[in-house]
Amino acid sequence: MAKITFIQHNGTEQTVEGLPGMSVMETAVKNMVPGIDADCGGACACATCHVYVEPEWVEKTGARNPMEEDMLDFAFDVRDNSRLSCQIKVSDVLDGLRVKVPEKQF
Amino acid sequence: MSDVITTDAVIIGAGPCGLFAVFELGLLDIRCHVVDILDRPGGQCAELYPEKPIYDIPALPVVTGAELTSRLLEQIKPFKPTFHFNHMVTGVKKLEEGGFELETDGGTIFHSRVVVIAAGGGSFQPKKPPIPGIEAYENTSVFYSVKKMEALRGKDILIVGGGDSALDWTLNLHPIANSVTLLHRRDEFRAAPDSVKKMRELVEAGKMQFKLGQVTGLKGENGILSAATVKGNDSQGFDVACNAMLPFFGLTMKLGPVAEWGLNLHENLIPVDTEKFETSVEGIFAIGDINTYPGKLKLILSGFHEAALMAQKVFKLKNPGERLMFQYTTSSSSLQKKLGVS
Repeated sequence: MAKITFIQHNGTEQTVEGLPGMSVMETAVKNMVPGIDADCGGACACATCHVYVEPEWVEKTGARNPMEEDMLDFAFDVRDNSRLSCQIKVSDVLDGLRVKVPEKQF
Repeated sequence: MSDVITTDAVIIGAGPCGLFAVFELGLLDIRCHVVDILDRPGGQCAELYPEKPIYDIPALPVVTGAELTSRLLEQIKPFKPTFHFNHMVTGVKKLEEGGFELETDGGTIFHSRVVVIAAGGGSFQPKKPPIPGIEAYENTSVFYSVKKMEALRGKDILIVGGGDSALDWTLNLHPIANSVTLLHRRDEFRAAPDSVKKMRELVEAGKMQFKLGQVTGLKGENGILSAATVKGNDSQGFDVACNAMLPFFGLTMKLGPVAEWGLNLHENLIPVDTEKFETSVEGIFAIGDINTYPGKLKLILSGFHEAALMAQKVFKLKNPGERLMFQYTTSSSSLQKKLGVS
C-alpha cells in the first residue's frame, strides 16, 4: 500500500490508498478523484490524466518516457514536473506521493 | 436543402461496435448508413490507439486497433454500408409517418426507420486549451479546425502545437497568410518527418517563424486578436502579434448533441434494456460504450453481443408480424448467399 495525495487546483486534498503495480491514474479513477479524466483508459494516448508532481517527489517518480513526452504535447500548461499519471506506477517507494491536478484537463 | 437519404438504419459511430452492427443488421437484410465525426472508420481504435495491442477480442490473442478496424471493414464488405465521414449527427426527431429524421452538421438529412447510437465515449472534438478569455475569440480569431482556408488569407497566423495537424496547416497556410508563426513547447515534433523538414526550411529561408513556448494569455478586443502572450521555455514572457490563432491539441470525446435528443440519460450514458438494447424511445438503440445497464462492461466484445440482439428487434420493426428464423452462418445457405460465400 502507498498513500497518494491528489491536490486540486483550489487546494483541496484527497489522500487515497494505491496498490503497488497499479498506475497513479487508475488509483485516481478508482477513488473518483476529480480532474483525472483518463479518456483513453490508460493507453498513454490522450493526455487527460496530466498531473504536476510535487517537487520533493520528482526524483522518486522518475523521468517521463518518450511516448509520454510526445503525448504531453496535447496537454495544457506543461511544466518541468508534468507527468501523465497513467505512466507512474504505484510502489512502496512512492508511499506519501503528492501530485497536483491541473485546473482543467481540457 | 439537400436530398433526403431514405434508409432502414442510420448507425451513429463507425467504431468497432458500429461496424459490427452493419454486419448483424446486414444478415437480416437491413441496409445501413454509418455517420462518424472522424475522417475514417475505427472510432477510438483509429484515433486513440491504432498501434496499441488489444488482448481481449475473442479468438484474436492480440490485435491492434487499426487491424481490428480493417478486419471489421472486410467482414462487413458484403453489406455495402454507406459511410458519411466528417459528419456529426446534430439532430434526431420523430417523423409522424414513423421512423426518424436525422440531420448532420454537413447538412445531410436522413429518413430512417431506426437509429443505432454506437457513439462510444461521444464525438471526438478538438481540445480547447483553457487559456483565460479564449471563448471571446472563438470562430472570429481562434479556430480549432480550418473549414475554409480562404478565410485566413492575408492574416498573421499563430499555429500552436507539434503534431501533424499543426505542421500540415503551417505548410498549407504559409503561402496565403501574411505571416505564420508556429509555437510549440519543445523543439521536437510528433509529425511526419517530411513536414517537419519543410517547416524548418521555411524558417531558415526567413519565410516563417518557429518559437518555443506555451500560450498563457490573449490580447485583443471585440473578438479580434492582436497578440498572444507566450511563456517561453526560459520562463521569459513575450508576445506574438497575430490576428488568427489555430491551437491543435488533439481531440477529446464529448457526449455532444446526443444529450439533446430527448433520450433518458444517466451520467452521460444512455440506459437501455438488455433484451433489445433499445433506449427510452422505441426505434432508437444504443450499443457499445455509450450505453448502460446493470452489469455493463465497456468491452468491445460486449458491444458485439449488443449489436446482435439489437438487430433482432430492428428486424421486427422493419418486418412487423414476420417470424425471424434463427440461423447460423456456418450452415444457412441464405446467410452465406448474403455474405457472398456460396
